[in-house]
Amino acid sequence: MEWLYILMPIAGVKIFWPGLIILGIGVGVIGGFFGMGGAWMVTPGLNILGFPMAFAIGTDIAHMAGKSLISTMRHGKFGNVDYKLGIIMLVGTVVGFEVGAQMIMWLERIGKVDMVVRWIYLGLLGFITWMVFTDIARRKAKDKAAIAAGQEVDKNATGLEWHKTLHKIKIPPMVHLDVAGIYCSAWLPIAVSFFTGWLAGILGIGGGLIRMPALIYLVGCPTHVAVGTDLFEVAISGLYGAASYTYKGRTELVAAIIMLVGAAMGAQVGAVATKYIKGYGIRIAFGLAVIGCAISVFLKLLPVYVPSISQICDIIATYMILGLVSALALYITIKMIQGAKNEIAMKKAKA
Amino acid sequence: MFTKGKALLAMFVTGLLLAPTMAFAAGSGGAPIVMVADTRKLTGIMAWWANLYNESHLYFTILTVILIPVIGVIFGVLADIIMHFIGIDLKSRDLAEH
Repeated sequence: MEWLYILMPIAGVKIFWPGLIILGIGVGVIGGFFGMGGAWMVTPGLNILGFPMAFAIGTDIAHMAGKSLISTMRHGKFGNVDYKLGIIMLVGTVVGFEVGAQMIMWLERIGKVDMVVRWIYLGLLGFITWMVFTDIARRKAKDKAAIAAGQEVDKNATGLEWHKTLHKIKIPPMVHLDVAGIYCSAWLPIAVSFFTGWLAGILGIGGGLIRMPALIYLVGCPTHVAVGTDLFEVAISGLYGAASYTYKGRTELVAAIIMLVGAAMGAQVGAVATKYIKGYGIRIAFGLAVIGCAISVFLKLLPVYVPSISQICDIIATYMILGLVSALALYITIKMIQGAKNEIAMKKAKA
Repeated sequence: MFTKGKALLAMFVTGLLLAPTMAFAAGSGGAPIVMVADTRKLTGIMAWWANLYNESHLYFTILTVILIPVIGVIFGVLADIIMHFIGIDLKSRDLAEH
């Protein structure tokens, strides 16, 4: 079975290459569907396959840039990418990320950086989970009230409406974001992207996990546009991150290319699946992914207080992430196949 | 009279505004680690790639940053062709809800 292993030229480790393709497919599907890079899934996955952690992060970012580009191309054709919003937000993202990264250097000097970062991460994931499911519950209540009153359910209704309050801020320059259907102060997306970029810099992640809900709840983007625009951001910032990590000598491009083979297929499946799943369907699945991510971070934190359970926590966290990736990828793929089947059947019926 | 919520918000905003000052005061950190690729077991393109890494991280980086989007676009276009062949409409989306 020697042919199933490939020697990585930079890291110097032998890697099971079908594992890289499978990981690429799974994360490609999820990334293309939710609009995120999925570093929290890929890095432990690469580590399990045998990569040293420094190379796992760099390789993940390199593959993430390529995969997000593929997804952005697809979402762009569906009209899900607001390029104007993406470019405005890029400024805040880059500046915020750099400030966050510098803060981490400062925290390293005073010690306990891992603890601080993990607790911030956990708190943030808890908040995002609460936000997503509160929004869903309120939207359902609105639908029920409309049905009870004998009115038609408003497809564009949302549960949480924080963005409406933020849109009242009229500090010039004001911008029309046509694809997202928003008219607001340019400072709103800049401030939001600076904040999400700063958090991403502190946590050492791409930021899709934070930016996607921020685009929905703070900027007011429709779900599909939030997914597409976020992927555009991830592609650009991912390329910057890949350059940074590669220059530090921590990227294994051969592994990233092998992963891209799977991710190219997966990203298409994930992006096309958004054609057939409603906005709130995406939000529910995203909420579940965030819960899974939060539990895995908690399991990494637990051994700090109870060292004896370190090994068992690691095993549970690893299997939980892999299980979650598999389950979500399977659900999205099934939905995509069902939707495509219906579409092809309708085409044939019309012909 | 400040409520607890307003006071917390004010503290948070102050912290956020002071964040860049603290960050820049920290300066750069982290000792550089020199890594060298072992080229003894490698042949052909893999050996060339590892040698490039050892000789110049800058050229290695430039090539990586060029190759990632190029490969991404090639794979993306190939997947497009396959999906189009299956018969999926890749240019429009009917769902238009929030």
